Amino acid sequence: MKILVAVKRVIDYNVQIRVKEDGSGVVTDNVKMSTNPPDDNAIEEAVKIKESGKATEIIAVTVGEEKAQETVRKALAVGADRGIHVKVDGIIEPLAVSKILKKIVEKENPDLVFMGKQAIDDDCNQTGQMLAAHLNWPQATFASKIEVSDKSLQVTREVDEGLETIEVNTPAIVTCDLRLNEPRYASLPNIMKAKKKPIEQINASDLGVDTKPRIEHIKIEEPPKRKAGIKVASVEELVQKLKNEAKVI
Amino acid sequence: MSVLLIAEHNNKEVKPFTLNAITAASQIDKDLHVLLIGSKADDVAKSLSEVPLVKKVLHIDHEIYENYIAENYTAAILKHADKYSHIICSANTFGKNLMPRVAALLDISQVSDIIKVISPDTFLRPIYAGNAFATVKSNDEKKCVTIRPTSFEAAETTGGSAEIEKIDAADQSENTKFINREEIKSDRPELGTARIVISGGRGLQSGENFKLITDVADKLNAAIGASRAAVDAGYITNEHQVGQTGKVVVPDLYIAVGISGAIQHLAGMKESKVIVAINKDGEAPIFSVADYGLEADLFEALPQFLEELNKLNTIQK
Repeated sequence: MKILVAVKRVIDYNVQIRVKEDGSGVVTDNVKMSTNPPDDNAIEEAVKIKESGKATEIIAVTVGEEKAQETVRKALAVGADRGIHVKVDGIIEPLAVSKILKKIVEKENPDLVFMGKQAIDDDCNQTGQMLAAHLNWPQATFASKIEVSDKSLQVTREVDEGLETIEVNTPAIVTCDLRLNEPRYASLPNIMKAKKKPIEQINASDLGVDTKPRIEHIKIEEPPKRKAGIKVASVEELVQKLKNEAKVI
Repeated sequence: MSVLLIAEHNNKEVKPFTLNAITAASQIDKDLHVLLIGSKADDVAKSLSEVPLVKKVLHIDHEIYENYIAENYTAAILKHADKYSHIICSANTFGKNLMPRVAALLDISQVSDIIKVISPDTFLRPIYAGNAFATVKSNDEKKCVTIRPTSFEAAETTGGSAEIEKIDAADQSENTKFINREEIKSDRPELGTARIVISGGRGLQSGENFKLITDVADKLNAAIGASRAAVDAGYITNEHQVGQTGKVVVPDLYIAVGISGAIQHLAGMKESKVIVAINKDGEAPIFSVADYGLEADLFEALPQFLEELNKLNTIQK
């Protein structure tokens, strides 16, 4: 079984982002970048499946600018066998990413495609479902548990009401929740070894996919700020304030 | 052209967030049709037809739709999508799972999780966990939009009498099978729509200690929330998680207990009308968004809080 894992390079989750004054976007110069957190869970799950003997090869793929390759390199350091970097500059929407990934799937013929359930930058939550649609494959989104059988997967999904379990036949797309597993850290020897693993570079334009954005970003602005609150000295004061000032209880 | 809203339901009742999405959809276009895909869901069709903002209910009834499977829903939606300018649903786990599959097959770049309708093609949506707001304009001819339910009022549910039209089912997907759903039944208000939410974090230290939260929730008729850390640690189940990758809540009162306030948590609650933070670390970032901050040990403060609430003659429900 072959697993393709898609990863995205985003502003690190610990960074307090800043909006550019001209409203054109957020500041990314000299800002720490990392792999989108649930994509780390996707890689980890693929590695665990391979360690259990059920998968033979893991391919990590990313779509983005030159530096996006760092996320593939990190995936190689935790256990992916080889990488693919589809180069494209500027904003690329989930629809275009899903079309690019479809081309990669057609080339590589994986049995499973894993990725994070959403990217923490644009918060779109679309790419996995869109890829599943283009391929006419089943989708198991927001996975917190995956059991692999011969020709199918049982996936427990985190939904608003609690947990839902579905069975999907392979090939299938799974989008991963943060609770799926605990991503490992790459050891230094493995980081060194990863430097020797191959990363194939492909230009998005060579894949024949139209990547032109369909959505115009007219303005990016800071959200309204909350006015500063106060500290209360005691529980008694808190309850009085809630009752008599805020009038919410 | 009209707009088509996809209803979420359990074959007996409309799920509440569909009503918020109806309000948003009606701001895009008054000619709002609702698509109900279900099995033996006539009661749901009837209640949707009584929503005054709804002009027509399209009802597909077939046993293959007893459980919600995105693949089957998508096929049904695509069969009827061409007459509509917009396809809309709520941005909860239902709509997040469904809409991108529909959008991709229509070759539409979806606009996710909008918090405001500026015009039929321009919307406001939060990005970076709500740390920036983007005004976006969709240049696709047809649009797929998901709605952040808590940013729109719920539509009125009585007084309307829309026509109900029965329409045909689509083919069933062979590759996805529903196994089961573990729903935790509770008499408490739903987290997404509750007037008061009390949430616990890592500071609670154990699942047993969540009883301190539960006791106050019972007193205030509040829903119970949690930080990701508390869910990850197994103190409480996943459907309670508030935050960027959990639920977004906008109650009148949000009480954060033992939650430090990572930006991912703030993303799910900072639009609440009044925020209270109880934390023993005076430097915790949660205090930066709190209207009332109490720097205290929660194991002392929560029992006192309950005691003070008990002294009050009346509590708003």
